[in-house]
Amino acid sequence: MSFTGLRDIADRAEAEKKEFWEIVLDEEVRLQKEEMPVVFEKMRGMLFAMRHADETYDPLARSGGLGSGGDGEKLRAYRETTDTLCGDFLSGVMEKAVKMGESNACMKRIVAAPTAGSCGVLPAVLLSYQQKRKVSDDRIVKALFTASGIGQVLAENASISGAEGGCQAEIGSASAMAAGAVVYLEGGDGEAILTAAAIALKSMLGLVCDPVAGLVEVPCIKRNVSGAVNAITSAQMALSGIRSRIPADQVIDCMYKIGLAMPAALRETAEGGLAATPAARAFAERLQTEEIT
Amino acid sequence: MGIFDIIGPVMVGPSSSHTAGAVRIGFVSRKMLGEPVQSAQIDLYGSFLATGNGHGTRNALLAGILGMLPDDERIPQSPSIAADQKISFTFGTADLRSGHPNTAVLTLTGVSGRVLRVTGESVGGGLINIASVDGLPANITGEYPTLIVHNLDQPGHVAEVTSMLSHKSVNIAAMRLYRAARGGHAVMILECDQEIPAESVAWVEHLEGVEKVTYFSTEDRI
Repeated sequence: MSFTGLRDIADRAEAEKKEFWEIVLDEEVRLQKEEMPVVFEKMRGMLFAMRHADETYDPLARSGGLGSGGDGEKLRAYRETTDTLCGDFLSGVMEKAVKMGESNACMKRIVAAPTAGSCGVLPAVLLSYQQKRKVSDDRIVKALFTASGIGQVLAENASISGAEGGCQAEIGSASAMAAGAVVYLEGGDGEAILTAAAIALKSMLGLVCDPVAGLVEVPCIKRNVSGAVNAITSAQMALSGIRSRIPADQVIDCMYKIGLAMPAALRETAEGGLAATPAARAFAERLQTEEIT
Repeated sequence: MGIFDIIGPVMVGPSSSHTAGAVRIGFVSRKMLGEPVQSAQIDLYGSFLATGNGHGTRNALLAGILGMLPDDERIPQSPSIAADQKISFTFGTADLRSGHPNTAVLTLTGVSGRVLRVTGESVGGGLINIASVDGLPANITGEYPTLIVHNLDQPGHVAEVTSMLSHKSVNIAAMRLYRAARGGHAVMILECDQEIPAESVAWVEHLEGVEKVTYFSTEDRI
């Protein structure tokens, strides 16, 4: 992609009297030398794969590592029997985020968005949105283009890898992508899309990647909930007319620099953070014994 | 990065490097063997060894050897599928002096008795590097159709192979030459922009001084 930043996409959209997602799609068509319907349908395939993964969640599956699984089912049962504080919509988002994270840990088929560890954020937000607002698949696919444009800039100008930039680069990126997608769906303009991405990412800055025993389970699964809910609250702030004092592209640059400043122990090596707690060490030691035998 | 590197790939979890990349290493190795596998020795090193169980790395490597791609939902069941197909496999530890943290050494024996030893590295995001083939450096990504020719280190072999490719209108994207010792065994690795016809690969195999030819096609099927 040749976008210099999110501002570049928004400016091009304004100049060409197009929507943000159309600029992202145009660019992919140009670079991959593919027909536009081919690219659009390929993205629809991603939506179908996300929905399939959500609908085939197995409440009884447990991961081979730390035994993760079943929490999505707890959230479903609680939501259906309780007048929850979060309300139906956010409770549904939380449930889908956990389910996808658990499915990933249990070796089910998921869509990396942008990574496997953060695969729950976008589907949790977008599938829940579709259920609430009853919009067409085409609208959700356009929201995915919006999200992927934001993701491209994040990957190019910062990072989407926990080993490089910590969890802010994975869950933080997913959250910023989902926030922009929600603003598009709710009819916000390019300015609001940038604002939502900026606000979402600002709240995730500094988040370290500290997986217990090096596995994509703890704290990754539950952080998908934080990323998803943060995306929705950030989008709502942007839609209300609130603006970010720090422009989105500067927040992205800042995320990159924070990643550089992060010690290796906090970048997916499982040597620091939560991974270095006594409880985590005990899990890791038990797994190591199983691994050898 | 293309948008489908951001939303995508569709893959079996939990880890793009430890699961999806491991499947790719197995898949590329199987394709390079060029025939059905009879037995596989799968040795792990570094982080693959330390966290392999939790990430399903062993089953992922075996799944790739069986011809599965990273989005195949049968990946966790690869050991029983291999057993059904009467393919024997053993898992072990790769005793490397140094290497990428996510390394697997696969020794595959085909139905004809052909043996191929591949050192594969999962370098992140599901991308891989085949560091060596049969003990000689390779450093191929599996993104291009690749021809690997093991030959005696004597004049003329490079010219024979490259003129054949030119004749077949195959453009060379990258080419590397290595040798173990002067006048000993050498290897040439050619990453190409187009697929090389099967009969041309066979032709190279029959050249005097050529000891082994391995070809990797990027078509996603075995």
